[in-house]
Amino acid sequence: MTAPSVPIPLNYGETTPERQRLGGIITWGATAILAVLALIQTLYVAGFTETGFSNWRPVLYAYGAWGIALGAAQVVAHGEQGKRALFVLPAILFTVAMVIFPTLFGFYIALTDWNLASQDGMKFNGLDNFWQMLGDPFFWNAMLNMVFYVAMVLVEYVIAFGLALLLNAQIRARKFFRVAFLMPLMLSPVAVSWMVGKSMMEVRFGPISNFLKWLGVQNPSFFGDAWVAKFTIQAMDAWTFIPFIMIMLLAGLQALPKDVIEAAQVDGANKWQQFWGVVFPLMIPVSITAIVLRIIFKLKIADIIINVTSGGPGGATDSVTSFIFREYRDRSNVGYGTMLAMTYLVLIIVFITLLLKLVDRWRRSLT
Amino acid sequence: MRVEVYEKLMAMQASRRSLLRGAASVAAIAAISPAMLAAMTPEAQAQAELRKAILQIPGVGKGSPTDADWQKVGDMCLGATKAAVKEGEFAGVELTFLGLNNQNLHNFLFRGFLKPWEAYTGAKINWIDLAQADYNARLQQSIATSTVDFDILEMGAPFEGDTAGKGLLDEMPDWVKTQIEMDDYVGYLQAPVGTWAGKTYRISIDGDCHTYAYRKDYFGEGSISGMANPPKTWEEVNAASKALIGKTDPLTGQPAHGFLDPLKGWGGFGFYFLEDRATAYAKHPDDPAWLFDADTMKPRVNNPAFVRAIQEVMDLIATPGAYPADQINADPGTTAFSQFLAGTGSMLTWWGDVGSSARTSDTSVVGDVTAFGILPGANQVYNSKTAAWEEKYNEAPNMAYIGWGVYVTSRVSGDEKKRKAAWSAAAHLGGKDISLWASAYPSGFQPYRKSNFDYAEWEAAGYDRAYVEDYLGSNADSYAHPNAAIEPRIPGIFQYYSVAEDELAKGYAGTYKTAQETADAIAAAWEKLTDQIGRDSQIALYKASLGM
Repeated sequence: MTAPSVPIPLNYGETTPERQRLGGIITWGATAILAVLALIQTLYVAGFTETGFSNWRPVLYAYGAWGIALGAAQVVAHGEQGKRALFVLPAILFTVAMVIFPTLFGFYIALTDWNLASQDGMKFNGLDNFWQMLGDPFFWNAMLNMVFYVAMVLVEYVIAFGLALLLNAQIRARKFFRVAFLMPLMLSPVAVSWMVGKSMMEVRFGPISNFLKWLGVQNPSFFGDAWVAKFTIQAMDAWTFIPFIMIMLLAGLQALPKDVIEAAQVDGANKWQQFWGVVFPLMIPVSITAIVLRIIFKLKIADIIINVTSGGPGGATDSVTSFIFREYRDRSNVGYGTMLAMTYLVLIIVFITLLLKLVDRWRRSLT
Repeated sequence: MRVEVYEKLMAMQASRRSLLRGAASVAAIAAISPAMLAAMTPEAQAQAELRKAILQIPGVGKGSPTDADWQKVGDMCLGATKAAVKEGEFAGVELTFLGLNNQNLHNFLFRGFLKPWEAYTGAKINWIDLAQADYNARLQQSIATSTVDFDILEMGAPFEGDTAGKGLLDEMPDWVKTQIEMDDYVGYLQAPVGTWAGKTYRISIDGDCHTYAYRKDYFGEGSISGMANPPKTWEEVNAASKALIGKTDPLTGQPAHGFLDPLKGWGGFGFYFLEDRATAYAKHPDDPAWLFDADTMKPRVNNPAFVRAIQEVMDLIATPGAYPADQINADPGTTAFSQFLAGTGSMLTWWGDVGSSARTSDTSVVGDVTAFGILPGANQVYNSKTAAWEEKYNEAPNMAYIGWGVYVTSRVSGDEKKRKAAWSAAAHLGGKDISLWASAYPSGFQPYRKSNFDYAEWEAAGYDRAYVEDYLGSNADSYAHPNAAIEPRIPGIFQYYSVAEDELAKGYAGTYKTAQETADAIAAAWEKLTDQIGRDSQIALYKASLGM
């Protein structure tokens, strides 16, 4: 018989009220220095005072020093437990500096009228950019196009599933086809734009155009008509990213439990019944992951559009991202461009969250 | 000279015979003009000798110049600097130069030119090299965030509004004007270009304009267009485009087409090509303004002149066969290099380099059948002041982009030694003799001085005279034209162009039903932009840019 185990108190180091007080002084002292420097610089930049730094770099250094002081204060005040905090604190401070602050600052920029060519610089204009966006036909046209592009993900999924099943089957040269089918994904969309959109589909000398001419199509134009252009852009994007969905589905297929499929076979299920009754339901979790990731990629579609059509003809292929690109690069319209980007970010988050919830509800209804 | 132009020229003519012919020309010129030489002052003779000598570095047909050649040219052209600056006068001065690194030229060339200048004056130059695509963003961000960290700036004239208009540039001292011989600039580069509110800021190192290229084999007696002469007005251009429908190109056997309008945007640059069509209608000889009313910044882009230009394009879009298939997706790069040079279409407007490429590019099939001229004119011109058309022939070459210049920023204004050093460096780059060399060899720059069009100098250097006259003649005629349409150098000018491209694309695609509706949409967007940038300041700067 063994003795009952007694919890051994862990020694996290000594901590005393004096040490805690000292830690508090370090924390609050460093915070005060940072706050004062930030306040001085803010007032100086805003034009309220005449004393300040030529740039924000000293405030950034103060932030770094504050981070170090904060870490030191944790150790001083809490001993060993404080040392534990040092493992996490740098990552938190880095995230605050590189993600949270820029995002919040981005939201502020979105509330300003800031055209880089403006004589007056940045001006706070509240929600004016948002109202402008609501009345902007270019934005709504791009949003409508995004509905089309996102809907096409389902078509891409069906094709990718077919290819994944093919590559999962015992076919000849399976390894070769796996690599070959993956190659479009390895290409940069910019390269696809030039090689396919601007060269192979070129009306005068492009091989695809010439092939269509050989088939009897007169003056084949891939980007002259609004819907043809939309489908062509979609086809190029799909060609690039279907392998991404395919490889995820292929991994899912290879991980399927073989005994379940064998049981179905023993029960006399034909190929279609095996697929629809066994394989497809088992593949739903992988499918959802693949589709959601693909939708996120799709919502950012821009490079092919910018390179091949510039959003034309007449905005038929424009995406929200390519529209934002024009607002930023060609028009230096930072305030409005940021409002578009931030709104789009929020819309994507809301859309993906709702999508996941709906899918989850649908899956639960199946079981 | 643009790199590609030089390379193609060399590929075309770098034979021993042509070089001998060039040498013979030098001898001939020297032999037949002793009286002229005798009449020259010793200084003028020395300069003529210098110009002859620098054109032999490295020598036409002897490969692309290297850094050693640039330094040698810079050293040989240091005379003007030595006359204005004592040796070692700028010891301890450090300057920062912001410019481009396109095709390993621009800043790379400047480094070579300025190395002897640095050795002589004792100043040191630090370099900020930017890719073309990064240039605008870097410049705009520096200005907007008050972080201008350069003393000398290579910049296109359209950005003068963003810099000179905001007081970021230093006024050119008078001694610089004398040193660089500003009177030698071609007409359109003279003031008000380069000036703001009467003050001069720009040392030109480049020139730009759109010219008209057409196929000689499409016009003349018995030609497929049925026209005895090439079109001289836009009305005739449009008539030719329609007359050619269903005809076959005599060179390629493909369907024949007329004028090649780029119908797709090009980052703002595409709007220049609608301007090409519109300037003859919209630029009245008595009025320097043509894109906006100078007193109100009210856009003129929806006046009858511009609407007519847009309508002409829409009419051609609606005429099957008038344009090549898929023209709606053709940007200016496509119309020039994929279409015109490859034998599709018979008329085009573009910058000078397409003219030389037509003769020299390996992919060009139209070299022997292409001719050049200034932009077509019109038999009517719209007078915005009287709001009425006037029946008279009008031409207005479009000085699209105006060209690169060197500017000094106001960072040096408080330090006289540094200021003089910065202007001395800039003046060295913008010198008269160095400009001849830059025109004749790969540099990224076009001729921009009257003296650059002395074809005898080119011939003496070894170039084919007929070719040079043809290539440069249309540029020279445009530069010297009394009614040239000069680009407004106001802040954000490319923003205006960019938004206009978007609206034009909708008009061309049929989203807007009429040319007027399209033009009104552009005007509305421009009004909004003017308000955002600041109407009062835009008015003041627009007037300043026009010299009003």
